[in-house]
Amino acid sequence: MSEITLQDIIKPENLVYKKTSLMTDKALSYCPGCGHGTTHRLIMEVIEELGQENETIGVAPVGCSVLAYEFMNVDMQEAAHGRAPALATAIKRLWPNKVVFTYQGDGDLAAIGTAETIHACNRGERIVMVFINNGIYGMTGGQMAPTTLPGMKTATSPYGRDIATMGNPLKMTELVATLPGTYYVTRQSVQTPAAVRKARKAIKKAFQNQLDGKPGVSFIEVVSNCNSGWKMEPVQSNTWMEENMFPFYQLGDLKVDGKLIDK
Amino acid sequence: MGELKLMKGNEALAEAAIRAGVDGYFGYPITPQSEVIEYLMAEKPFERTGMVVLQAESEVASINMLYGGGGTGKKVMTSSSSPGISLMQEGLSYLAGAEIPCVVANVVRGGPGLGDIQPAQSDYFQSVKGGGHGDYRLLVLAPSSVQEMSDFVPLAFDLAFKYRTPALIVSDGLIGQMMEKVELFDQIPRLTDEEVIKRHPWATNGKPKGGERRILTSLDLDPHKLERHNWHLQEKYKTIEENEVRFEMLHCEDAEYIIVAYGSSARIAQKSIQLAREKGIKVGLLRPITLWPFPKKPIDELTKKGVKGFLSVEMSAGQMIEDVKLVVEGRTKVEHFGRYGGVIHSPEQVLEALEQKLIGG
Repeated sequence: MSEITLQDIIKPENLVYKKTSLMTDKALSYCPGCGHGTTHRLIMEVIEELGQENETIGVAPVGCSVLAYEFMNVDMQEAAHGRAPALATAIKRLWPNKVVFTYQGDGDLAAIGTAETIHACNRGERIVMVFINNGIYGMTGGQMAPTTLPGMKTATSPYGRDIATMGNPLKMTELVATLPGTYYVTRQSVQTPAAVRKARKAIKKAFQNQLDGKPGVSFIEVVSNCNSGWKMEPVQSNTWMEENMFPFYQLGDLKVDGKLIDK
Repeated sequence: MGELKLMKGNEALAEAAIRAGVDGYFGYPITPQSEVIEYLMAEKPFERTGMVVLQAESEVASINMLYGGGGTGKKVMTSSSSPGISLMQEGLSYLAGAEIPCVVANVVRGGPGLGDIQPAQSDYFQSVKGGGHGDYRLLVLAPSSVQEMSDFVPLAFDLAFKYRTPALIVSDGLIGQMMEKVELFDQIPRLTDEEVIKRHPWATNGKPKGGERRILTSLDLDPHKLERHNWHLQEKYKTIEENEVRFEMLHCEDAEYIIVAYGSSARIAQKSIQLAREKGIKVGLLRPITLWPFPKKPIDELTKKGVKGFLSVEMSAGQMIEDVKLVVEGRTKVEHFGRYGGVIHSPEQVLEALEQKLIGG
């Protein structure tokens, strides 16, 4: 019996999964093990599945995902640091029938762009906001983020985040859930196949909300790892995230169909 | 003849925005230009033309809304006054870098800092030398009447789209607040979505079926590519300098002395010239209408003709005078006069300065 090669397996009838055409062929600029790539793919898969590739305008942030537009194969704008929700507001107001989303990290969305985030959410802009929270500034070399955990070591909190002098980590997702302008608020992760499936479902729900004209922002936080910034191996960083990030940033829906979930 | 109305400069600007077929106005209140957004909200342009009017949370958000909206090929506009315009400088740099057309109006007030709410012209440097980071220019128009507050809105949009660059209308608290007769231009229809898509293939309003996606960014991590992008911008700015200089000359034919003044100062200088001529002093006025590109050629020609001196009259400590000097290159005398910090000079003070600094000096 001859050996079965890869070519024997990759036949149209055997293909149950393929890369979405809405991810470009450009090699991702993210560190191996990082959750950004998976999240990019999920968003693009959902847009493809909903048949919105010609109707979508995305807004990329400043931070590790500053080059998101290189990988996402839809019309994209690159915003100044923190301002993505302002761009998205105007795009959606001027093209109400288009699908508009922002993609931001914790520094972008929860520090420098706090005002834009809160006001876009409070005005009830009919957009999708995706928020990657890895508790660190990855792009600039691992400095403290607004979401850095207490005691966590970063380049600007080398002895650990001291709450007395450096302030508390900001739970932006809990905050925006309290605003009347948010329609769907959820916190997800992408470190295991099961988590990826859940996150995909949440992203799809968010985009479906927008297509259905639901009033308000659909806001998805993805708690993610930063193995480079955290100075860990990818697997180790995921374990650390599960043990340390998840207790503080609890996964699950915070608000569905405009109603807060009782926990 | 268009519709005649007695209006404040700020109101004329707002009405012109509706009539110019603007798709979206995004602003934040600040004195002395809050009438712009107040007028727009009261006029309900969303019912008249379908124009979106949104009060943003800050000037920072407003200018970034222009980036987002302008990036889709729609006509977008904001207005503010000096401190608010300072907050927009980051956004303007990004808009210039990503080549997104939009119109920003600055109704200048006294500075620096919070300053006051009276008229000033001390934002000249910020307007024409690049208030934000990087090598870029804004196309700058300076109205000197309520009429021009109206007329320059469609002009600014034409230029902004022609060159894919942000255009700035720089007036001041005097022009913004004073009332004059205005002849309003007829309604220019807003473009339909289909027209926007067809006219602006660079704009991000949904990837064309079977086509390539569009990206609007000011980022390029490859320095050689970024240098090439800068060369492209500089070429564009050169073309603008060659084609879009606008100015007005008054009584310059026989003039021995020239007042260079824009906006409110040009209006005041007109009276000074009349007073001077009554005394037998031959003075003319050169009024830059585009502050950038600056009218270098007429200043050079007047210098060559042998005028005895230029007086740069501005409500600032002397900013535009630097551009006049760059053209004159020491061939004749160039002096500055102006009250500032919100104080407006009188025609008599201008004449006195002319006599003391140029004639007597």
